[in-house]
Amino acid sequence: MSDLFMQIFTPSNFSFMMKGLGMTVMISIGAVVCSTIIGSILALIRTYASGRAAIFAKIISAYTEFFRCTPNLLWILWIYFTIRGNKIIISVFAITLFTSAVMAEIFRGGLNSIPKGQFEAAESQGFSFIQTVLYIVWPQTFRKVIPALLSQIITVIKDTSFLRMVDIPEFMRNCSVVMGSIYDVRGMMLLYAFQALCYFVICFTLSLVVRHYQSRQGLQRR
Amino acid sequence: MLNGLMNGNRWQALFEAIPEYYIPGFLMTLRTAVCGLLLALVLGMIFGMFSTTRSRILKALSRVYVEFFQNTPLALQVVFYYSCLPILLGGTGMRIPKFILGLMGVGIYHGAYIAEVIRTGIEAIPAGQSEAAKSQGFSYLQTMRYIIMPQTIKIIMPPLANQALNLVKNTSVLAMVAGMDLMYFTDSFGSSTGYFAQAYFCSALMYFIICYPLARLARYLEIRSMRQPVAKVKLEKMMGDSINV
Repeated sequence: MSDLFMQIFTPSNFSFMMKGLGMTVMISIGAVVCSTIIGSILALIRTYASGRAAIFAKIISAYTEFFRCTPNLLWILWIYFTIRGNKIIISVFAITLFTSAVMAEIFRGGLNSIPKGQFEAAESQGFSFIQTVLYIVWPQTFRKVIPALLSQIITVIKDTSFLRMVDIPEFMRNCSVVMGSIYDVRGMMLLYAFQALCYFVICFTLSLVVRHYQSRQGLQRR
Repeated sequence: MLNGLMNGNRWQALFEAIPEYYIPGFLMTLRTAVCGLLLALVLGMIFGMFSTTRSRILKALSRVYVEFFQNTPLALQVVFYYSCLPILLGGTGMRIPKFILGLMGVGIYHGAYIAEVIRTGIEAIPAGQSEAAKSQGFSYLQTMRYIIMPQTIKIIMPPLANQALNLVKNTSVLAMVAGMDLMYFTDSFGSSTGYFAQAYFCSALMYFIICYPLARLARYLEIRSMRQPVAKVKLEKMMGDSINV
């Protein structure tokens, strides 16, 4: 068994796999940051657009509905095969496109839970609409949606493993390259266990943070 | 990309490919999703109840199940089943059909999420009710069957519909292991003709046809159960967690 271990986890293999893990993390961070920004803008427009701008709210709601009802993998492949350019940027773009819709939905839920009275109160104190949103509504919304946001980040990290299909050098793809040189089923199992462990450590840590926030919110409600 | 989209011949090719590629793929995805959902519900029910019993062992067992499968990618799990299970069972002469491996993959993964939903649902019912039932001579299973579950079901329906939606979307992972599902056939049509824009457009539409009714159902159930005071607080949390997994 230890022979096998040494055979798989040679320094060069190990650093190759760790490079993949780095790529996974970078892509996740890129996609999460972009989609959080886009998602929150979309949610604000969808919730507060009125009058002539209401058409934008309609468009955004169609966008979120459509993307929520199609798989992420489909968008990754579709965009990969039809748009030319840097593979990594394209895959971040594809994941962002999909995740923004989910983020918009998460933020919309948060915005809807802010009582209307706060707008009226802010107006009576001379706040403009933008000031109200920026200083009063948004901070509360953000705090409320943190658990859902973190859960979504976990999903994004897990979903980067789809990029193996389009040959991005991310963690799972690099590990399967290493696996190509192993013919022993025990070695394969060992490598799968290693992959599972790496993903588990990252995602479980994040889910502990989620639980921490949720229990805090539970206390505040009481 | 736009040039390709406007090309009439390509659309023609797509329409001709529908019976050969898209119909079998669509049916396979549907079958995997339905069977996978059944498996997920059974696993979710069992482990959800385990985590609300008094027994430490059962609790720990369900915690390990939930945490492990929620925190590793579905793609990894599915690839593992496909590449290792047949070899491991090779000695016994048992052969697992691909379809079973696929529904196992999505079923076990979503079972972990459903177990969590059911646990939250059961915990939303005040403990006093179980105690009252016990004092009247109900057994554990009877309490669950006649008192807790009927109330829990109302609370958990909206997140369950969400899970069903996510499960359908996640069957697309089977394309990674040639699972003969919609995504796999889309991929093979796209790469054999090079008409990727059309190929994925059609499969996006087909996923939408399955998923949109589920999304509407989830929305409808959510609005309906928001009227129940017990459900409200728990529901907000559960819907947030299950929006996309």
